[in-house]
Amino acid sequence: MLHVLAYRKLIQGPVKALGRYSMLLIHAGSALPDFSTYRKNLFSQMVQIGVESIPIVALAAAFSGAVTTVQTSYQLVSPFLPKSIIGSIVVPSMILELGVVVTGFILAGRVGARIAAELGTMRVTEQIDALEAMGLNSIGYLILPRVLAGILMFPVLYVVACFVGISGGILVGHFFGFVPAGEFLQGAREFFQPFDPIFGLIKSFVFGFTITSISCYKGYFTLGGAEGVGQSTTQAAVSSCVFILVADLILAATLL
Amino acid sequence: MITIESINKHFGDKHVLVDVSLEIFEGETLAIIGRSGSGKTVLMKHIIGLMQPESGRVTVDGTDINRISYTELRRVRRQFGVLFQGGALFDSLSAFENVAFPLRTFTSMDEREIIKEVHICLEMVDLVDVGSKMPAELSGGMKKRVALARAVALKPRYILYDEPTSGLDPETSNTIDELIKGLTDQLNVTSIVITHDMHSVLSIADRAALIYMGRMHWVGSIQELHSSDDQILNDFVKANEYQIGNPKEE
Ligand SMILES: Nc1ncnc2c1ncn2[C@@H]1O[C@H](COP(=O)(O)OP(=O)(O)OP(=O)(O)O)[C@@H](O)[C@H]1O
Ligand SMILES: [Mg+2]
Repeated sequence: MLHVLAYRKLIQGPVKALGRYSMLLIHAGSALPDFSTYRKNLFSQMVQIGVESIPIVALAAAFSGAVTTVQTSYQLVSPFLPKSIIGSIVVPSMILELGVVVTGFILAGRVGARIAAELGTMRVTEQIDALEAMGLNSIGYLILPRVLAGILMFPVLYVVACFVGISGGILVGHFFGFVPAGEFLQGAREFFQPFDPIFGLIKSFVFGFTITSISCYKGYFTLGGAEGVGQSTTQAAVSSCVFILVADLILAATLL
Repeated sequence: MITIESINKHFGDKHVLVDVSLEIFEGETLAIIGRSGSGKTVLMKHIIGLMQPESGRVTVDGTDINRISYTELRRVRRQFGVLFQGGALFDSLSAFENVAFPLRTFTSMDEREIIKEVHICLEMVDLVDVGSKMPAELSGGMKKRVALARAVALKPRYILYDEPTSGLDPETSNTIDELIKGLTDQLNVTSIVITHDMHSVLSIADRAALIYMGRMHWVGSIQELHSSDDQILNDFVKANEYQIGNPKEE
């Protein structure tokens, strides 16, 4: 008896969820040619997901760039090492990991929760039923624009995060006397790998897709009333974070 | 014409629709009555394919709606206007935009025509002055009326009303009843009205169908309803008359 329950909980649940998640994505994908259904929503979602996230992403990136610079300087105080090495550590870690992961966590909270709450409310108040009843493809209308906006805007936010984060590192390093800006940049240039930003961009596409698709899934299949919406919202943020980390590891292991 | 052929539906262990069959004829107004929780809304959702039966068939003009592609199903659904029990207004859009939504989505009307058409629809439900308000700013009854205006905006062939008059004062209820009657007469629409309100049933319906605990318990014309000696039907009607305080003596 017990192992039957365990089977249900551990295997059946996730398999079903994966099936429904894939169905949702296939449906969304098949609505892709129907641009007129989602055009208007796409632009408003690009603003909500992308443009409106810029301030908080920039803030978090600036701090993580600054803190990385301070910590690196602290760990590498040695008369034998050139100070430029700080730049050659801070810049790649920003481009490879920090810029995209910090942005990812912020979007998981900000965008993921919002999407799940919005779609969940629409589900429990029958607004999704109303769209369907009119003869509209609710997945094409609601989910596709959100996922597309995530895929399109996350790379933009990533670039902003890198730019602001590195600037934050340079400023703090320079004005707090850890490393002059010139040496910082020289170190960054010496160890610059052209593949690093490409890798970062690939990650940002994947993260943008992960966060928005998971949150849409959680929101779209919300059950129950206000409590269900609350659950979906929390789960959307938490699952997005977890799957970002998983994707991060997989991408690093396969592409680096 | 819509036919429902012995459909069954469970939610978990709960058998919500048991072998339900029903025919809805062209141009008629059918009232679906029954106690709260008897399965009326679930039945309505089967008619437009928002829920699928485990067995049985639902056909609209001869097409089995559970055996066609999603694209075709959407085409079938466009012949329907649906008023959901809670209104289901889009809460990110104003009342005006809610009514305009189907027009913008499914017609090529220009802005001037849309404004005119929305105005006509809102006038019909006596709400021209609330067009700019958001759903959250409307009373329950107002929401329902805006939703009704939205449901009929495209002049559908079939209209499903899930409790159009519940939560409305008697006067507004009468207006809505008149409206439903008017639409049926003018546009020759086929209407299905889910309701608790026997007053509405008597004033608008041609036939009535009573669902009792998930089963189609009784179907017949309004005349037959008056003369029926079915115990459950009579209990339902009586309970209602007592509520309205309007005993049936003709
Ligand atoms: N999505 C659902 N999941 C699980 N159970 C449901 C669902 N929808 C309805 N039910 C159950 O099905 C039964 C019939 O519900 P339905 O909404 O059709 O009642 P109703 O006749 O419309 O009642 P009311 O007059 O109160 O609206 C109820 O017992 C309800 O709990
Ligand atoms: Mg109901």
